[in-house]
Amino acid sequence: MSITYLEAIREAQAKLLRDDKRVFIYGQDVGGTFGGAFKATKGLAKEFPGRVLNTPISEDAMVGTAIGAAIEGMRPIVEMQFADFSSIALNQILNNAGTHYWRTNMPVPITVRLPSGGTKGSGPFHSQSMESIYAHYPGLIVMTPATVEDAYTMLIEAVAIDDPVVYCEHKYLYYHLKADKLPTEGLPTGKARITREGRDLTIVSYSAMVHEALAVAEQLAPEGSEIEVVDLRSVKPLDTDTVLASVARTGRLLCVGESFPWGGVTAEVIARVTAEGFHLLDAAPQRINAKDTPIPYHPNLWSAHRPSAKEIARKARALLRE
Amino acid sequence: MLQTAQRQSKTKKPKTALPHERFLEAFRWMLLARTLEEKLVSLYRGGLITGGVYIGKGQEAVSVACGLFLKKGDIFAPLIRDQAGRSAFGEPLLDVTRTYLGSRLGPMRGRDGNIHRGRPQESQLAMVSHLGAMISVTVGALMSKRFKGEKGFVGLACIGEGGMQAGAFHEGMNIAAVEQVPLVIVATNNHYAYSTPNDREFACHDLVDRAIGYGFEGYSLDGTDLGACLEVIGGAVKRARAGRPPQLVVASVLRLSGHGEHDDASYVTEEIKREPFACDCLKVAEQTIADLKLVDGETLAEWRKEAATKVDEAIATAQQEAPPEGDKEDWCAISMRNLVDSPE
Repeated sequence: MSITYLEAIREAQAKLLRDDKRVFIYGQDVGGTFGGAFKATKGLAKEFPGRVLNTPISEDAMVGTAIGAAIEGMRPIVEMQFADFSSIALNQILNNAGTHYWRTNMPVPITVRLPSGGTKGSGPFHSQSMESIYAHYPGLIVMTPATVEDAYTMLIEAVAIDDPVVYCEHKYLYYHLKADKLPTEGLPTGKARITREGRDLTIVSYSAMVHEALAVAEQLAPEGSEIEVVDLRSVKPLDTDTVLASVARTGRLLCVGESFPWGGVTAEVIARVTAEGFHLLDAAPQRINAKDTPIPYHPNLWSAHRPSAKEIARKARALLRE
Repeated sequence: MLQTAQRQSKTKKPKTALPHERFLEAFRWMLLARTLEEKLVSLYRGGLITGGVYIGKGQEAVSVACGLFLKKGDIFAPLIRDQAGRSAFGEPLLDVTRTYLGSRLGPMRGRDGNIHRGRPQESQLAMVSHLGAMISVTVGALMSKRFKGEKGFVGLACIGEGGMQAGAFHEGMNIAAVEQVPLVIVATNNHYAYSTPNDREFACHDLVDRAIGYGFEGYSLDGTDLGACLEVIGGAVKRARAGRPPQLVVASVLRLSGHGEHDDASYVTEEIKREPFACDCLKVAEQTIADLKLVDGETLAEWRKEAATKVDEAIATAQQEAPPEGDKEDWCAISMRNLVDSPE
């Protein structure tokens, strides 16, 4: 048996609906026999009548409704059809859900699922990675699972968390990533994973870019370079300790993220390592992000826009020479 | 199209045929709100309140009717000019004075101020400044009650004609009708969005015509007439509770203050001040009480004194309480301490 990243998300939601009557799923096209634009809720409306609900194209109201439901004791999961459209709901997520506990002493346990990141041909409005925006604002947990197992356990944990969670699931991984079985337990939220051990260079990454980093680590191994790959798993909270411990072993840091370059997760990791572990560094830390343009439609442009294994390898080799 | 909308929307003629007890109860909440807000304005002018003061002068009759018909377990989403409704719903005066005066014992503990206060634990939602956002939140709260199997509840959310032009309002109204929740929206057209008059806010003939477009039942209301407010808003609450479609009430008043107390409202024209909707609802209600001899002047004076005493006490208490302090704050925006990110 093999389970894809997408199936893991569906299975996590099935389990949540089965185990917790407070859970309901709210989003465009999630209900009926359709089961969502990516089929992440396929069959769930039939299995759980009245709890997997189609919504109008109203991202603001979808999240607002979830906030109200959470205030009154439910644990809603909102599916954005694409992460990009969550920009319409920024006000509810950032200004309402994100401020609610601080202002009123009452947390808002909503989970907002964002099908994130690029796939070929998706263009500027169906490809975005928005974790940096959500992580920038106070009051939110931001998850970025990179494996089938994490996709499953982290979504279950997201719903258990009393605070609002933005769960960034990567669309490229939906079908490309498979596991033999689903785990019963995962690492706790906020704990990064050393996906591959090494002693020469630390590559810190998250979501789909973890796999590009791993490919580079494989590629450079025959050259005698041992690259350590750190998967952040959640970008907020960010496991600075694990990153610093890795940099203490390797002395070199490269951060890779798929979102736009200005600010963001990679900049945050480098800022923290530089501030807290400057003495650990043998070379200036580097980062790779997508280009500072909208995300292009054509596959040739798209693959040149996002960080590639080739670019990561080039920068890794340069860092290793320093 | 417009004619169809008008046919569906019912315009009620103002009248004061409600039980006098309810009228007088409402009047006393209005009096309390006016007394409190006048005092807050003095404190603000004396430099004793940081941030803004936003009052509901001229809107108390509409507001009190919003709070008065809600019961325990109902959801209330008041807005900027709803002191009367908040008090009628059960908000203690101390919540107001503590929030305005920055006591750390208030519901917002100095973290948010003035009209952004609320007690969501007790079904009084805490508004965000982004107008229209609380409509869908109210919808969700009502859906939650339905999920849990509760019966007989209703939600009421307040908005102004300014907020009605925000995208979130449209999404909220539409989703309320799609979900068929027992919701009443009370929209008070006070004729100015901050300084912008109606003709630059919307171009439809009458805002209540929008009701049919959303699948709401719509009602117009003279917001200066307390009796009409009680009848129309009370009726809308009753219908929503009984399972009728969501209800939209559009009340007409003039804002008898600036947007906030920092604003002298010099843009309000003399012409509009002569409109019938520019009457002061509190004075109109008082005149009704006198005309119908509901209570004598002595009783009215006693009520005024009582309101002033309560307000003075709430202010004195809050003024004696310690303010929040930066070095004693825990600076934590999430409830799960094990998940706090520490960027420092």
